[in-house]
Amino acid sequence: MPLTWLILFLFALAALGFIAGRVRAVNSAGGDVRELHSLPNYYGWNVALTALVPALAVLVVWLFVQPLMIERSVSGMIPEELIPEGSQRSLVMSDVRRVAHGLDMAVRQGALSEDDASDIRAGFTDLRGRLADVGVALGSDVRPEVLSAAQRYRQLNATGTLWQSIIVAALALGGLTLAYTRTHKGFRARNVVERAILALLILAASIAVLTTLGIVLSMLFETRNFFGLHSWSDFFFGTTWAPNFRGDSELSILPLLWGTLYISFIALAVAVPVGLFAAIYLSEYASAALRSFAKPLLEILAGIPTIVYGMFALLTVGPMLVNFFGRGPDGVLGVDWMSGATSVLTAGVVMGIMLIPFVSSLSDDIINSVPQSLRDGSYGLGATQSETVRQVVLPAALPGIVGAVLLAASRAIGETMIVVMGAGAIAKFSLNPLESMTTITTRIVSQLTGDTDFASPETLVAFALGLTLFVLTLGLNILALYIVRKYREQYE
Amino acid sequence: MSDATQNPGQSAGNPIGRAGSLLTKNARTRRRNAAEKRFRLYGLTAIGIGLLMLIVLVTTIVGNGTGAFQQTFVTLKVDLLEAKLDKKGTRDIEAIKKVSTFGYAPLINGALQTYVTEHGIQTDLKPKAMGAILSKDTAAQLRDYVLENTDKIGQTLEFTFLANSRVDGYLKGRVTRDSIANDKNISAEQLDLVDAMIANGAIDKTFNLDFILGGDASDQRPEAAGIGVSMVGSMYMMLVVLALSLPIGVAASIYLEEFAPKNWLTDVIEVNISNLAAVPSIVFGILGLAVFINTMHLPMSAPLVGGMVLTLMTLPTIIISTRASLKAVPPSIRDAALGVGASKMQSVFHHVLPLAAPGILTGTIIGLAQALGETAPLLLIGMVGFVASNAPDSIVDGLMSPNSAMPAQIYEWAKRADPAFYERAWGGIIILLVFLVAMNTIAVILRRRFERRW
Repeated sequence: MPLTWLILFLFALAALGFIAGRVRAVNSAGGDVRELHSLPNYYGWNVALTALVPALAVLVVWLFVQPLMIERSVSGMIPEELIPEGSQRSLVMSDVRRVAHGLDMAVRQGALSEDDASDIRAGFTDLRGRLADVGVALGSDVRPEVLSAAQRYRQLNATGTLWQSIIVAALALGGLTLAYTRTHKGFRARNVVERAILALLILAASIAVLTTLGIVLSMLFETRNFFGLHSWSDFFFGTTWAPNFRGDSELSILPLLWGTLYISFIALAVAVPVGLFAAIYLSEYASAALRSFAKPLLEILAGIPTIVYGMFALLTVGPMLVNFFGRGPDGVLGVDWMSGATSVLTAGVVMGIMLIPFVSSLSDDIINSVPQSLRDGSYGLGATQSETVRQVVLPAALPGIVGAVLLAASRAIGETMIVVMGAGAIAKFSLNPLESMTTITTRIVSQLTGDTDFASPETLVAFALGLTLFVLTLGLNILALYIVRKYREQYE
Repeated sequence: MSDATQNPGQSAGNPIGRAGSLLTKNARTRRRNAAEKRFRLYGLTAIGIGLLMLIVLVTTIVGNGTGAFQQTFVTLKVDLLEAKLDKKGTRDIEAIKKVSTFGYAPLINGALQTYVTEHGIQTDLKPKAMGAILSKDTAAQLRDYVLENTDKIGQTLEFTFLANSRVDGYLKGRVTRDSIANDKNISAEQLDLVDAMIANGAIDKTFNLDFILGGDASDQRPEAAGIGVSMVGSMYMMLVVLALSLPIGVAASIYLEEFAPKNWLTDVIEVNISNLAAVPSIVFGILGLAVFINTMHLPMSAPLVGGMVLTLMTLPTIIISTRASLKAVPPSIRDAALGVGASKMQSVFHHVLPLAAPGILTGTIIGLAQALGETAPLLLIGMVGFVASNAPDSIVDGLMSPNSAMPAQIYEWAKRADPAFYERAWGGIIILLVFLVAMNTIAVILRRRFERRW
């Protein structure tokens, strides 16, 4: 693998440069380290970094750009009439890539010689069969245009990789020589190295921003594509979610939003009272021993992966609810209101359990930050402890608690595994909590797993859903953080 | 709550409501005290509910999952008939390879037949029906053995085979004679045979190492499925997460905490990081699909891609905890370093960072534990939906070739809608939780041992 070797070469060169630079600096000072401007190691680092960093940067950029350039150039070789009705240029391109990959494999395994691979003609040899022999299965016979495009693809790739190695290696060697010749006892190596390190630190800090940008841009881009294929008014204001592959899908977010909000509501109805009362008890009443025992135990609930809660919903809570509310005369209540284990209630209750520690630890912090003087004042007037909590502490902590609940709501809306496993797949408007419904996150998962074709509205709708989810949770978070921060300042 | 007008007879003419001695409690005090008691009770109940849920969750997991660590095996003496396996007797490997698994099935069924007659077990079952108590993979397993040990042909050897998942369920109590009434995979006669074989010691339930170390199996053979390969996949992902998120996270935190000037740009970065921490995990999956797979054409289902997606998710966690531990190092350390002539960079890298290291490590381990349990983004980049049955051969292979991850494997099993796979899924959860508990314990120990109070 030339890339691995190239990277190893760069690092070896850097290590060499470090030693060489250090030795040269010490020699230039005649072996007396006090003569140097900086500590000897800085001269070494200077050479190593000058050799390594620009070369690595160019390599990374090259790795991103080369596929795009080759794609564009090869894609132009495919004539318009070759693209089948109802298909996409990108699908033909993926054929091209697969054939090129197959030829690579064949050459590597010795089934084809390098010359054969670039001269082969589709008409003369059974290429599909030969590629199948080396483990690359093709859906149909290779058409001549696709084959020549694949050969061009391979050729460009090979040239690109060759130039990549040459340029990157040259850059590294150039940097090494430059830094090495500049190494002298008067050279301000430390300043240069520290500036380079600072630049690297800034780069690392901006990755967080890049991630957000990546999220927003990738989703915006695909969402725009989606709205090019599907009317936005149907997406936002339609009432039916019915994807199908005949091309007349009805993709509307409203029923999904309803399911999401309903499940989140039930989850909060479980988590908020339990979490809040637990927080009140732990911060106002509990002895130190109980607190140090119960608080970490409750917080374990927050550390359990959501897949575990999903299993719990699907295999334990769901069947238990069916036992109560379903199965007709065999059930506990003798009613037949619930047919399957997946339902709004199942997902909601389990999600509520997951959110208990979330609500309780956030509210705990907030209740603890209410100044003791307020409580003392209330006790002084003769209020009991519970009256103090209800009439003094809670009103004082209310904005913070609202913030905590909003944060919990945003978690509930974005939660995926519990609803994927516990909520079901039927998109509808219903008030019955025993029916299965579906949510935004489950639909994202089901539209994007398996074979995804990035040209159909049924796939692209997931990006519109994702963007809506992102905006929704982001809005809730910002609001919650704003409320919490504003409240915290009140007593400081 | 304490409305005096609700208590007629006593409050008339006395708004405070105290008519008697301070030492006797009047009705209103009693009510207020009762309200106090109730309030406490609500609090205790809430904590009780939380703890009860934890207990229920743990008992469910342990109760359903421990079965996966045991497996039913059938010990049989099989005659490796030369006439069937190597007709010419040349021991030519190519000739032996020509005998397909169908050629081996009769040997196994015959072995069962012999066993039944030897031990005088009464049964009306045909040999083929007897063979159905074994795993569907048995013939292939035997063939592999013979191909490796051609010299054993003609001998009678004792083999230990996996029992079919229904038989396994019967021994574990998951399958009962009532529940198989409509099951076409196993019949009551076969269970009679199983009972007789248990009595003779040929069928036994033992510890199943293959569940922990082995790979996934197709949905016809739950008895052969293991979580080992996806554990390797998870391990590679964690390596990627560690290699990317620790340096990037620490570098970003050092910049933000020690060097960043207060301006709008750093504000944007800070707000960004705190918001990223709250973005739903599935959104990171969408990002991974759109950027890493659709734009950069990295391979689907590869642990490298999974690791990169999880890195983006863990970065905010690591940055937040690293910044907290950098902030906890007192400024006097920095001042002292600067005072003896260190540069700002030297003071940070030589003094502040080593002192903050335990905190950074703790935060990193907790971030990794979070990433290890995450499932949703992995669904979108294709780490479910195929059978991860072979462990990768090399590091490059481990990073680039399709694999699963532990939570994704658990989800995959839960989807297969077979009680035998459910047991595996619960068992997988136990292993996943063991990892998480271990990581968190290490984090707590590190914190306890190295935490400094300034």
